[in-house]
Amino acid sequence: MNWILPSEAVKPEDRPRVGGKGYALSLLARGGFNTPKTICVTSNAYHEFLNQTGLRERILLELHRKEFKEMRWEEIWDCATRIRNLFLTKPLPKSLAQELRQSIDHFFSDQTVAVRSSAPDEDDAGSSFAGLHESFINLNGVDSILKHIRLVWASLWSDAALLYRQEIGLDAEKSSMAVVVQETIPGERSGVAFTRNPNNEDQAIIESIHGLNQGLVDGEIEPDRWIIDRARNKIIEHTQPERTYWFIPSNNGVQLSALPKDKMHQPPLSSQEVGTVFTTARKAEEYFKTPQDVEWTYVKNNLILLQSRPITTLRSDKSGDQRGWYLSLHRSFDNLKDLRQKIENELIPGMIAAAEGLNQVDLTGLSDQALALEIRERWAINLHWVNVYWAEFIPYAHGVRLFGQVYNDAVQPEDPYEFIDLLTSTEMASLERNNMLMELAAIIRNDADLAKILRKEDEPDGHHEFLALVDEFIERFGDLSCAVTGGKNCVLGTGPLYNLLLELADHPAPAENRSKQDRFKRLHQNFVSKFEGEEISKAEEMLELARNSYQLRDDDNIYLGRIEAQLLAAIQEARQRLAKGPMEALRQVLEEVDFKPETQKSIPTVALSGDQLQARQLTGQPSGPGIAKGVARVIRSHSDLAEFKSKEVLVCDAVDPNMTFVVPLASAVVERRGGMLIHGAIIAREYGLPCITGVPDAVTLIKTGDEITVDGYLGIVTLGETIPLDG
Amino acid sequence: MQTNKAFRKQLKELFRSQNLATLSTQDQGQPYASLVAFYAANDLKCLYFVTPKTTRKFANLVANKKVALLVNSSQNQAADFHQAISVTAVGEADEVLGAEKQSIIGHYLAKHPHLEEFTRAPTCALVRVSIESYYMVKNFQNVTELHLEP
Repeated sequence: MNWILPSEAVKPEDRPRVGGKGYALSLLARGGFNTPKTICVTSNAYHEFLNQTGLRERILLELHRKEFKEMRWEEIWDCATRIRNLFLTKPLPKSLAQELRQSIDHFFSDQTVAVRSSAPDEDDAGSSFAGLHESFINLNGVDSILKHIRLVWASLWSDAALLYRQEIGLDAEKSSMAVVVQETIPGERSGVAFTRNPNNEDQAIIESIHGLNQGLVDGEIEPDRWIIDRARNKIIEHTQPERTYWFIPSNNGVQLSALPKDKMHQPPLSSQEVGTVFTTARKAEEYFKTPQDVEWTYVKNNLILLQSRPITTLRSDKSGDQRGWYLSLHRSFDNLKDLRQKIENELIPGMIAAAEGLNQVDLTGLSDQALALEIRERWAINLHWVNVYWAEFIPYAHGVRLFGQVYNDAVQPEDPYEFIDLLTSTEMASLERNNMLMELAAIIRNDADLAKILRKEDEPDGHHEFLALVDEFIERFGDLSCAVTGGKNCVLGTGPLYNLLLELADHPAPAENRSKQDRFKRLHQNFVSKFEGEEISKAEEMLELARNSYQLRDDDNIYLGRIEAQLLAAIQEARQRLAKGPMEALRQVLEEVDFKPETQKSIPTVALSGDQLQARQLTGQPSGPGIAKGVARVIRSHSDLAEFKSKEVLVCDAVDPNMTFVVPLASAVVERRGGMLIHGAIIAREYGLPCITGVPDAVTLIKTGDEITVDGYLGIVTLGETIPLDG
Repeated sequence: MQTNKAFRKQLKELFRSQNLATLSTQDQGQPYASLVAFYAANDLKCLYFVTPKTTRKFANLVANKKVALLVNSSQNQAADFHQAISVTAVGEADEVLGAEKQSIIGHYLAKHPHLEEFTRAPTCALVRVSIESYYMVKNFQNVTELHLEP
């Protein structure tokens, strides 16, 4: 047993099961420091939960779907999301739940508490897990406390924690998690004290903010900062920030609020208090016999220590420690709101204007020299927007993830991706494009003469309505020949478009599922019903942001595609001129921008002598439920798309949004790139197709023409014969 | 997916590390499974085991030479589900006799020295399974097949 230890009962030998934080707190209390009332939920409780629920095996299976090193960050996030959901949905074993309830009730009765991670790993020399594991404050009621204990356990398996452990060579499977539960201290002024400045050993640093410590620890609020001469106990320097926000307790949590005016111009600590904090932290240093990083708070002029730990040398400068980067992948709600403003008001209009501006230029009227200049300029413009895409649009996609977590915490659904259904009834530019393709296909379907002309690969000169719509289509979406990968995947002309339209004309896509709206309403109502009071509008706001972020992750590629199409048009013009005669300026610029149509990747040969080695089952992430059988169409270059036939299985490295127009024709989608929120998975879900992502070597092991079965429930692709499917 | 060479290396490592295989025979359409101590030829074309001639498995394979063998590295632990490798070998069985038997038994006993008396008994047969294909399962559900040249 030994699932719970009150702070005062912790002995030195308990350290591995109460973790560094729990142990340090017990020592502080014993050393006469002012600390909050604390109990430790030991790592034995964590192990009991894992063993009794079978979660240990489930986690291992989840993490070993493929080599960890082969997983992209998105896939690791998916793993972490599924694991987190398992922690939330598996009931606590009865005896454990009973003991936890009794202890929490006994120690805290009606008090609010903080639930903090205290991983035994965190003690290991040199590793700093600050911010990687979760902590929650101001929790009320046993049920909420128990739920948050699980969330702290689950944070051992968060994407950032997994990546960081792997980087510093710790085996996540051998890690465990203890949890510290302590009374809430409604701190009025809070901060941290480093008894020794990592950059100057004669100095100490104290940082402080108004309100709770949350804002400082998360890095969301800029603190006042004092540098102190250790020997003379004197302030050397005081840096004052613009004080605008503070964190205050709110209903079952904390909230960021505007700082009252009178506090804006007032440092949280007086000089005398800075001295008191420093002296107390120094005492902790003497007590622990090593420089300390102390978290503290003032309540009614009483200084209370929340935790103390040895200062870990910050390795981030020295050894390529990536912790900061992993953490930066998670953006706060407020940060995302700002990013949205920028994207909607500045970046998207900028992209549209850039594409339109370029479209105004009459390329045929330019001299060779001017055309060469134009290509260089377009190349630079395209590059600029590709960079913007990585720097701004990709981080904004985190809005979807943030909402997913909020949804899963509130609803605790069986399927951790249920939340996607709340996002999909938005109009994505790629769906708009696909709808326009359907419209064009319908014209061909109803006009035998037109179909005949197109089949003969003649120009449909007399069919004005059709041609006008084709022009409109190309103007809006390009001629389908270009991908966003730097202009290297393009084929030219309307041929591919007509081929695709003929195929679509022969095989009308099924009508959209009518029950989708009902499902949306039901999920939405259920989600909102989990919140109360002010939280409801915040939840709605998050959903709205997520829908916007979700829609944008497809649209941004389309806008980028338009700019790229303009670059391509200029290159095409240069090529046509070069075909007629040598023109040095143009030859040179084409060489400079290194524009070459993509060459076919060779398939590695796996056969040796007369033996035959072949894949039978490949596994990936089940990303769209359903099962389908069909002939594989492996997309190695963009031009392969033109060959796509109805009911084939789309097999590719990565579905990019400019490829999604063949999805309505496909019977299933298999993708090498992994993730539940990538385009392939999203579009497959829109059309209700079985989909598997993250299949290593999918495009080399599967060949066009192979019979394959795609099990989107289990994430298994089977090559060769399988039993007939029902229906 | 691994190369042919890597696949073979993995097979050899597995066969070296495991002493026992599950043999599957059949009797008039009824499958029958037994545990046997096996040895693999270096070129992986054959697997060998010994059995008293009075056994059900021997009667079955005499009547129907098509058999399968399963070798796996599971250790009855949770980690098996993602860590264990399992290999199914299918092929045809026949009894090895004469001088060839003596030579192979030497190799066989080097792997299973405690079976010396058992193996030397005149009522004990050395059975060779000529392998047509290997099916390897890894990471729970990843399956790769190796079809040997006949």
